[in-house]
Amino acid sequence: MSYLSEGYSLRSWLTTHDHKRIGVLYMVAITAFFFLGGAAAALMRLELATPAGDVVSAETYNKLFTIHGVIMVWFFLIPSIPSVLGNFLVPLMIGARDMAFPRLNLASWYIYVLGGLFTVAALVAGGVDTGWTFYTPYSTTFSDTNVILVIVGVFVTGFSSILTGLNIVVTVHKLRAPGLTWFRLPLFVWANYATSLILLLATPVLAMTLALVALERLFHIGIFDPALGGDPLLFQHLFWFYSHPAVYIMVLPAMGVASEIIPCFARRPVFGYRFMAYAILGIASLGFLVWGHHMFVSGQSMYAGIVFSMLSFLVAIPSAIKVFNWTATLYKGSIVFGAPMLYALGFVGLFTIGGLTGLFLASLALDVHLTDTYFVIAHFHYIMVGGSVMAYLGGIHFWWPKICGRMYPEMLGRIAALTIFFGFNLTFFPQYLLGWLGMPRRYHEYPPEFQLLNLFSSAGAAVLAVGYFLPLAYLGWSLFFGKTASSNPWQATGLEWQTASPPPQHNFEQEPSVERGPYQYSVRSNEYGSQVR
Amino acid sequence: MAQPAVSGTAQWLLAAASDIAARVDVLFFSLLALTGAVAIAIFVLMIVFSVRYRAGSRVDRSNPPTNVRWLELGWTFTPLAIFLGIFVWAAVVYARFYTPAPDAMAIFIVGKQWMWKAEHANGRREIDELHLPAGQPVRLILSTEDVIHSFFVPAFRIKQDAVPGRYTSISFTPTREGEYWLHCAEYCGTDHARMGGRVVVMAPAAFAQWLERGNSNPSLAARGFELFRRNGCSGCHAAGSSVHAPDLAGVYGRVVHLADGRSVVADEGYLRDSILLPKRDVVAGYQPIMPSFQGQLDEGELAALISFLKENK
Repeated sequence: MSYLSEGYSLRSWLTTHDHKRIGVLYMVAITAFFFLGGAAAALMRLELATPAGDVVSAETYNKLFTIHGVIMVWFFLIPSIPSVLGNFLVPLMIGARDMAFPRLNLASWYIYVLGGLFTVAALVAGGVDTGWTFYTPYSTTFSDTNVILVIVGVFVTGFSSILTGLNIVVTVHKLRAPGLTWFRLPLFVWANYATSLILLLATPVLAMTLALVALERLFHIGIFDPALGGDPLLFQHLFWFYSHPAVYIMVLPAMGVASEIIPCFARRPVFGYRFMAYAILGIASLGFLVWGHHMFVSGQSMYAGIVFSMLSFLVAIPSAIKVFNWTATLYKGSIVFGAPMLYALGFVGLFTIGGLTGLFLASLALDVHLTDTYFVIAHFHYIMVGGSVMAYLGGIHFWWPKICGRMYPEMLGRIAALTIFFGFNLTFFPQYLLGWLGMPRRYHEYPPEFQLLNLFSSAGAAVLAVGYFLPLAYLGWSLFFGKTASSNPWQATGLEWQTASPPPQHNFEQEPSVERGPYQYSVRSNEYGSQVR
Repeated sequence: MAQPAVSGTAQWLLAAASDIAARVDVLFFSLLALTGAVAIAIFVLMIVFSVRYRAGSRVDRSNPPTNVRWLELGWTFTPLAIFLGIFVWAAVVYARFYTPAPDAMAIFIVGKQWMWKAEHANGRREIDELHLPAGQPVRLILSTEDVIHSFFVPAFRIKQDAVPGRYTSISFTPTREGEYWLHCAEYCGTDHARMGGRVVVMAPAAFAQWLERGNSNPSLAARGFELFRRNGCSGCHAAGSSVHAPDLAGVYGRVVHLADGRSVVADEGYLRDSILLPKRDVVAGYQPIMPSFQGQLDEGELAALISFLKENK
């Protein structure tokens, strides 16, 4: 009996302790937020189709980009892969019956939903206009919008991050199946483990920072506003101490997904497994030391800028290693271009462009010109949307048969992947040019010479919207009408494929005993070594 | 946008109108060539592998490598060396923004929701515009009356945040006559997108004319001297005063020894703090008796006072 047929009532879902059901609950919740955040972006692109501010007012536009950022960062990207796929897959991949703390796992979902309700309440109450970065003293003294409600929402949701991170760390440490040594772990598990460490260490700093913003705003305790005796740059240091590692919270799990899909569809062991694992740990730790690269023109000391610039170049090295290794994994493979593979290859390509343009921003003198322009917008969307969202969708397709026991329609899957890839590039590539030409971000109106590039970008957003609605439609359809999936439709090697699709409540009929490392693929069909005998 | 027509940037290639712009562009296009080559190499490899090793193709697949130590070390340390080179290059150019020429012309820029005010030394003020002479090194000293703003002139490749409670500065030399966009680049509230205007770079003679034309204001330093007396500063700080306070003649640029053992150079930031937060940097040998002028002087008045102190030799 599969975990899906353990109960059909709403109550059976809302009171479940099963990590797989909680993963599905997260999937439903973050999908709703994704389309809400996407709607805000669509309105922004509509406004920016013309230089004049004619679709919405300046106040509304400022609220749109704020809510787009808040929702996409904290209510979609950060929980996306760890809380949905990580929740569902980490216990399966390590041969565990469940997470280490199943009740805490459910609690983290409820906390996430509570934080989401505060944020939606702020939206209903009229929105907030500080930008997702809440820079002081604008957020503490000058904005007259619902700053406190949104801060409470993000603050509360942070605890769901912390609990999920804690759960994954303990689960990976304590619940690995016999024989599953650290260097037999799939890279997806490594990635989620490293991400969870960041969630645990960085999120409390965000919580403290937001609490201080609320204290200053509500009680005029001088922390960040110099008129009250505070220091506005202190806020930026604290905020980016969380928010730069948060980028790696979003992209490390995406790397994990790509590292599962590419070997499977190329029928090759991943190239340089150990370097890949070390690169994940290297990114997670160096990522804590580069926050000041968001502040090269903020008035921080020139010498601080120089140190942060050098460290930022260092963090690019492990990312480069990963791209080279994925490419080398294709060499002498036997490559099948299923939809998950198209998403994964798209991820590698877009992540490469996003990563390389990051070098421009790490270069001090170039950052002075490029920061706070559309170049930055393009750069981080290539990482977070081109990278993380592509990988998330690739992962959803790859593990869809495992999650619901049905196959998605393959041809539609490929069409959607290509549509998203094309729409994404059309939306965001022109923004690099806009940034170089000097168009600042967060502009409701802009000089007329920028219109052509903005039109391309807005047209791309329309294509992207179609691309994102396609999977929503056909995946929904496949839940009821898709072909029934076998336990291992991709002939993959991981433990999650050695149990039924969908898996039973406690994952395995009997505890698996792990014999070998992951990715024992071979180009000769049917000749592959699963991790169990 | 409700802004004057600007000729300088209404073209596909961004104008390079400062000494640093040319250096930034060389760096930008070099890095573009390098990263472009890397990206193309990766994409070509991905496509070639994808086509050649597609399932069902009849090609040699024997002995696929999974660990090649020299290759892995090579693609770790080669980028490292290149990255460190770019880092140094970019840092050297960056340092120029913060190393003003000795003869740099200081201009105070004040941000305010949602306008830029510029105060020239001779007292001439302008709003949402900045006139500069070509070929003259300039040092902008930025402050703000309210939230953080950022002074951004794409044609100069300069950008600097104006941060409440302190001075920030950036230095460059405008080189090409023309009109260029001025923007606010740090989000500052409702009319952020409208906060800006133009920078006009003029021939030195034309600039000198413009500076005098229609200017009935006293110079910043003269206004500062007036404020120095009106606010009672001179009562303590003048030579021969009965109150024991530091003599301020020639203080600008000097090394000041503080009561807590630190030594600081008396720059604009130090003078500003000494007026607004006098307890912060107490000069060695003096009592912390000076009252704070926080809230009593606006940014324009501070700029005037500091200009006076700079010229008071």
